[in-house]
Amino acid sequence: MILDGRCPPGSLSEKWERHRHEMKLVSPVNKRKYRIIVVGTGLAGASAAATLGELGYTVEAICYQDSARRAHSIAAQGGINAAKNYPNDGDSVFRLFHDTIKGGDFRSREANVYRLAEVSGCIIDQCVAQGVPFARDYAGYLVNRSFGGAQVSRTFYARGQTGQQLLLGAYSALSRQVKEGTVTLRPRTEMLDLVVVDGEAKGITVRDLVTGEIRSVGGDAVCLCTGGYMNVFYLSTNSMGGNVTAAYRAYKKGAFLRTRAYTQIHPTCIPVTGEHQSKLTLMSESLRNDGRVWVPRIRGDRRLPREIPEEERDYYLERKYPSFGNLAPRDISSRAAKEVCDEGHGVGPGGRGVYLDFADAIARLGEGTIRERYGNLFEMYERITAENAYERPMRIYPAPHYAMGGLWVDYNLQSTIPGLFVLGEANFSDHGANRLGASALMQGLADGYFIIPYTIADYLARIKPGKVVRGHPEFLKSVEECKAFVGRLLSIKGKRTVNEFHRELGSVMWENVGMIRSRESLAGALKQISELRAEFWKNVRVPGGEEELNQELEKAGRVADFIEFAELMIRDALHRNESCGGHFRVEYQTAEGEAKRDDENFCYVAAWEYKGPEAEPELHTEPLLFENVQLAVRSYK
Amino acid sequence: MNLTLFVWRQKGPGAQGGLEEYQAKDISPDMSFLEMLDVVNEDLIKDGKNPIAFDHDCREGICGMCSQVVNGVPHGPRERTTICQLHMRHFRDGDALYIEPWRARAFPVIKDLIVDRTSLDRIIQSGGYMSVHTGGVPDANAVLIPKHDADTAMDAAECIGCGACVAACPNGSAMLFAAAKVAHLAQLPQGRAEAAQRVCVMTEAMLKEGFGNCSNHYECQAVCPKGIKVKFIAKLNREFLKAELRSCGTPEAGTPSRD
Amino acid sequence: MHFLKSTVGRKLVMAVSGTVLLVFVVVHLLGNTTIYSGPDGINAYARALRSLGPLLWAFRLILVAMFILHVFYGIQLTLENRAAKPEAYAVRKHIESTFSSITMIWTGLLIGAFIVYHLLHFTFQVTNPGISASRHPDALGRPDVFTMVLLSFRKFFVSLIYVGALGALGLHLLHSIEGSFQTVGLNSDRTFPVIRKGGRLAALLIYFGYISIPIVILAGILG
Repeated sequence: MILDGRCPPGSLSEKWERHRHEMKLVSPVNKRKYRIIVVGTGLAGASAAATLGELGYTVEAICYQDSARRAHSIAAQGGINAAKNYPNDGDSVFRLFHDTIKGGDFRSREANVYRLAEVSGCIIDQCVAQGVPFARDYAGYLVNRSFGGAQVSRTFYARGQTGQQLLLGAYSALSRQVKEGTVTLRPRTEMLDLVVVDGEAKGITVRDLVTGEIRSVGGDAVCLCTGGYMNVFYLSTNSMGGNVTAAYRAYKKGAFLRTRAYTQIHPTCIPVTGEHQSKLTLMSESLRNDGRVWVPRIRGDRRLPREIPEEERDYYLERKYPSFGNLAPRDISSRAAKEVCDEGHGVGPGGRGVYLDFADAIARLGEGTIRERYGNLFEMYERITAENAYERPMRIYPAPHYAMGGLWVDYNLQSTIPGLFVLGEANFSDHGANRLGASALMQGLADGYFIIPYTIADYLARIKPGKVVRGHPEFLKSVEECKAFVGRLLSIKGKRTVNEFHRELGSVMWENVGMIRSRESLAGALKQISELRAEFWKNVRVPGGEEELNQELEKAGRVADFIEFAELMIRDALHRNESCGGHFRVEYQTAEGEAKRDDENFCYVAAWEYKGPEAEPELHTEPLLFENVQLAVRSYK
Repeated sequence: MNLTLFVWRQKGPGAQGGLEEYQAKDISPDMSFLEMLDVVNEDLIKDGKNPIAFDHDCREGICGMCSQVVNGVPHGPRERTTICQLHMRHFRDGDALYIEPWRARAFPVIKDLIVDRTSLDRIIQSGGYMSVHTGGVPDANAVLIPKHDADTAMDAAECIGCGACVAACPNGSAMLFAAAKVAHLAQLPQGRAEAAQRVCVMTEAMLKEGFGNCSNHYECQAVCPKGIKVKFIAKLNREFLKAELRSCGTPEAGTPSRD
Repeated sequence: MHFLKSTVGRKLVMAVSGTVLLVFVVVHLLGNTTIYSGPDGINAYARALRSLGPLLWAFRLILVAMFILHVFYGIQLTLENRAAKPEAYAVRKHIESTFSSITMIWTGLLIGAFIVYHLLHFTFQVTNPGISASRHPDALGRPDVFTMVLLSFRKFFVSLIYVGALGALGLHLLHSIEGSFQTVGLNSDRTFPVIRKGGRLAALLIYFGYISIPIVILAGILG
């Protein structure tokens, strides 16, 4: 099937304006009759729930954390992009649009990306009005920093905690609506299933994580704002609880999952120290503004970094990409790091690390300036590694970070199931095959504050509110299925813990489906994972009971979904016979080892349809048309 | 290294709990505290026992979900560090560690080391925000904010809402938490309009939720993983005094305007 | 009243009433030091006080009011605080709180008890009628406060009670002078270290100022 993104006609700059005019509205008196379920309270979820509540809809917002303020958007450090052009350095809506399309290696929808760039400025205005304390200069004006993949400074930041401040802004807007009574919050609640009635999303099935009760939540529309799936790699920069369950169960109910192979490996994370490692910590990419990346020229050089003379250092990013240097986009920087480490130049335990050196910047700007810019990051680094980065270079290594793939959505952010909307990282998003730094926050908030409030009305205006009630057989069936699923997990009583399975899944994925993939590695991984899945359902040990707070049970459900999901991810990577952005296949590279796209055969969005537990999923495509940008080889040299 | 743990185990809300002893064996100094507990839990599961339940999520010190008192100090012995960022190199082989949940009336224990902190959310919901509508706001640079004010606001805004301040406070007071928000918003020109109402409703909500009163022990400041200072409590007090002087305790001071 | 229900409002009452009481304590101390200039000094001071007449009673009323407020809210807040922390930690470590800050209610209650004793002792002169100033008139037949004080503090146990009770006052002030600045909102990065040191220094000065009198008398240096 050829999917239609339903982009409005007209010139790029008119599309959103005209579309807003053409969409239907829900009258103010009717809004409260519509119940909208928002799953997840990160930037996308919190901003959507707050805005929809403010408009007058009845909103129910659920999250698995103990508070809406804890979603993992909070961990984003570096900043948020917006085409404000305050520094007068040549930025514009079109340039942000163009950079994002190019950064995404020409695998995103023009109309969506342009709209994102258009509303980016409003986001900054909104956040400032909420009290987000963005960095300012002495005159009181906002300041910007530059970020990977762009040659203009368009990134707004609040120290190294931009995500936290933006999320707290959205959380405060959400709190206000809770007080107003328009939003009901349900923390410590996890979505287990989507309920589809007559082909439309009418609710979800959730598990109360405190009491263990599995019950239905009915509504007129569902917004999934459940983030990405990078914990499929076990070790990632995502939060421990981050999972694919909501999106995956929606997929099983008929929503199409889009190109999942696009996974972003972030170049600047703290290297792994051992088996016990439970998660990876990101060091903001903004560090690359002032840090220089290098490795020793001599293989296996074990000297202290300071003892290695300048001429024996290889500043490989500056060497390979002179015009972007240390600010080359994430996918390129990550692969470059892996390459030098594979060649034996890596530093630190296991040779899996490269230096990020601030000596030059400290000499140039003084330690005070560096401390002001990155103090909290240096502290964090010291806490984890017990090393002082002011004195010796940081050691960094790439780590799984962000999922560009997700549920397929049209221009209205609606999935293939009417009434199911997907926002933020959970949708297949505007980042194509690779996301630029500081763009995730922008997209999450754009979706929640400025897009969904318009587009959801277009759907709601066409349906009757409260048409389906929670007693509907579909709801009961879903609850029974979820109970059976939970019961099955508890009844296996095998030998291996959930973590052991997750760790094994992660290592298979990281080794074979990580930064560099090949047909053989993918095929091998597919086999290993299907064996792992079989073993999981025979040998997993989930202690405790159903009707209590049971963290192992929560994890088990998530890992079970990750294992199935991994297979789909690999299938997608196998099918995409090209290299682009976060998807690098060794078979498809240029003579210099750069990604080689195949625009003739793969310039489309791949969306997969679930066909049953053992059947292969079916591929659908949405062709990508580029009318405003030139498809070009992405070059940062 | 090997450690002896005494961990608070409690089956459910309101159930009788107690400390139980566990051995943590072959712990690497590079592990984080929570990774050490992961190891203990894996062993417990394999022994057919129930693992220790504890809250955690981001494991990078920013989400504020982790919440354990180690040897009498919330988030453990290291300054300005959440328990998830505390590494085992700060302990010695053979140490005995007492691990307990946050303790306060406003934080009832749900299970083992997990407590219910929704009372903090309700403090924010009472008025810890600026009443701004989505859209229709002025340009971000329309109102200038001096760097010092923006920086001070940021110092306060760094609060991660973990509740360590309450756990450490001998009075179970959430004053530092409330003060961080009051100070953050009152420091910004955009937040002045509602400053008086905000401080009144938030302090009121604090009492209603069963938190204690501040008596200037400053224990909160000592354990705050983000280094939020008690000067913000002074700021809250100042804001309260200003609000009271203006409205002289009229009931309106306690109710935010509804537009 | 809204103000007196609020957590901060009641703390402000504590701070303000405490400060008034502190002013009294300081004035009282300054008055006491007149003892060092011998019988004439302190007796003249006592007469000067008496001559204030109704003004003295106004001061006394204010003090009593402040005292009642301070004690009432002190106890009320403490009870609330205890209730807010129903379960204790198995292991407890104090980092920033001090012996003086966590014993405020006890030192406060001790001071209260001491004030009762002190009034009975020197003002109503019922505990040791033998030392009553009026029993020891001076050459002009006026009550001799100096001799009364002297006779009292020559008794070891009376001096011990005073030194001990003033210790409670010292501890109370060690935390509360600094704390009241914080409560009325006068704390900032700049003022904090000054207030902390200054508050503690003032508490110590007051303590040593007070106990110097029984000590020098007991040691036989004075009189």
